[in-house]
Amino acid sequence: MSADTATPGLLRGAGVPPAGRPDVARAFRALLWRDVFVTGRELVPFLLQVVLQPVFLLFVFGKVLVELGFASDGYSDVLLPGVIALTAFLTALQNTAFPLVIDFSYTKEIEDRLLAPLPTALVAVEKIVFAVLRALVAAAVMFPISWWVLGSLPLTWSDLPFLTLFLVLGSLVGAAVGMTVGTFVTPNRINVVFAVVLTPLLFTGSTQFPWQQLDSLRWFQVVCALNPLTYVSEALRSQMAPGVPHLPLWLCAVALAGFLSVFAAASLVGFRRRALD
Amino acid sequence: MDAAVQVTDLVKRYPGRSANAVDGLSFTVRRGEIFGLLGPNGAGKTTTIGVLTTRVLPTSGRAEVAGVDVAADPVTARSRLSVVPQRPNLDRALTARQNLVFHAAYHGIGRAERNRRADALLDQLGLADRGGDKVDAYSGGMAQRLLIARALMHAPQVVFLDEPSTGLDPAARLFVWDRVRELRDGGVTVVITTHDMDEAAALSDRVGIMDHGRLLALDTPAALTRSLPGSATLDIDVGRAAEDTDEAVLAALSALPQAERVERVTDAAGLRARLYLSGDAAALVGPVSDALSARGAHLTGVRIGEPSLEDVFLSLTGRELR
Repeated sequence: MSADTATPGLLRGAGVPPAGRPDVARAFRALLWRDVFVTGRELVPFLLQVVLQPVFLLFVFGKVLVELGFASDGYSDVLLPGVIALTAFLTALQNTAFPLVIDFSYTKEIEDRLLAPLPTALVAVEKIVFAVLRALVAAAVMFPISWWVLGSLPLTWSDLPFLTLFLVLGSLVGAAVGMTVGTFVTPNRINVVFAVVLTPLLFTGSTQFPWQQLDSLRWFQVVCALNPLTYVSEALRSQMAPGVPHLPLWLCAVALAGFLSVFAAASLVGFRRRALD
Repeated sequence: MDAAVQVTDLVKRYPGRSANAVDGLSFTVRRGEIFGLLGPNGAGKTTTIGVLTTRVLPTSGRAEVAGVDVAADPVTARSRLSVVPQRPNLDRALTARQNLVFHAAYHGIGRAERNRRADALLDQLGLADRGGDKVDAYSGGMAQRLLIARALMHAPQVVFLDEPSTGLDPAARLFVWDRVRELRDGGVTVVITTHDMDEAAALSDRVGIMDHGRLLALDTPAALTRSLPGSATLDIDVGRAAEDTDEAVLAALSALPQAERVERVTDAAGLRARLYLSGDAAALVGPVSDALSARGAHLTGVRIGEPSLEDVFLSLTGRELR
């Protein structure tokens, strides 16, 4: 072999068997670092993209309507936890659904990562973990903004562990729902499906009202109970507005764990179906 | 172990299809050779490469790349192979150089080493001054070179190239061919799939031709063309005697024992005949001349046509469109 004749750079090290099995954990960290690296450079556009809608929601319903006397002072207490839950849930959902549809169907950019030395399911898990990270950043940013919009923040440091727990749980469910949609829906239908899925999710997630007070609208209460976002909103409300009627925390945790197991399984099946033939 | 790729009785049936996409395929690619996998659209090439590159799960049979069973241990297989796709799938959120560096990071290569390799490969592939560009700004030829660089970042033992020079200008094509040969010379095994018969003949040490999920032939390009009967041709221009007819001359040529078939070339001004031969074309010039002289005719022009890989391909897979 003439390994060093023409162009040593092209050849050096090539064709030599690597020692042992590849380091899967290292590959996983590199995938995650790539996503963090890319988002880090586009932090401002990313934040504008995810917080603008909830900020307006909060401003119009929690501030403007209250000022005009159409809503009572207490309404912002109901709304704020819901809006933060919504931000985390939808940010996670949108971060797995849209990019995957584009990646798998058009740009194929994900192929290089599917050929990285780690199990295919871990590529999916990385996408979910990253979506959760983005969702937590978006939710965290909502706190100071809410304080600025509403003039106060009904929160103590001791609420933080439970808030974090439920935001993580809610984002996980959101990311898994997003990946399920993104991998099962064909690309030419994604716009329709998104409109059909996203809008009901937005308004049946008990973000703008406490679920328990829907007694008089029984059918709507049942519909809302099917939306995982309801349990994130209710859990956050129990921490941030304990005076408002809310579902018990344990029930929220059980419901979210149930949704998570169903959608995590579905999303992994969907991802595998798109990644492998 | 001499086999870089070992395929044994490989079968792939997609759900809901009546026929197998790959139907009992077996072949071996030797370590350090350039192997061309040819076949018409739908022959099963893409599926075969898909199995070998861990993206398609085989229905049955066995496929090994660099000594690793790709179905049983895809993770290790991925660390030893790499893929240069036909359509660029570069990471457009990153610069060219970052594409290389992140690819190496996925493969667990340390920071200093991946930076060194990225710079060396960008330089090798003529992209040293464009490493900081976003890949959106890259032309087709540059993207193809960057894809090759990326594929080499983790020092694979087997590189799969899909249609490596489709859409490239002639200079870029020759450049890519030279890099592929360098890889082979450096001990890397290269498997290319292509529709371009000139590319296959120019690059490949051996060629496998497949259709309907099966392998129809496997040999060196030279041996394949030699094996093809009736594909060497002899085109002759004839000045015939005035009292003779074209048909009679063609009939006399057909009577020559080495001529498998004779047909008239209609786009010529005078009488031009094409003889399809079983043997060496040059050796038949004498007998043809003798046969014409016997009728008072004479040769005014001769052109020898050697069979090409394309002739072999068409004779094996047919001419119908699919």
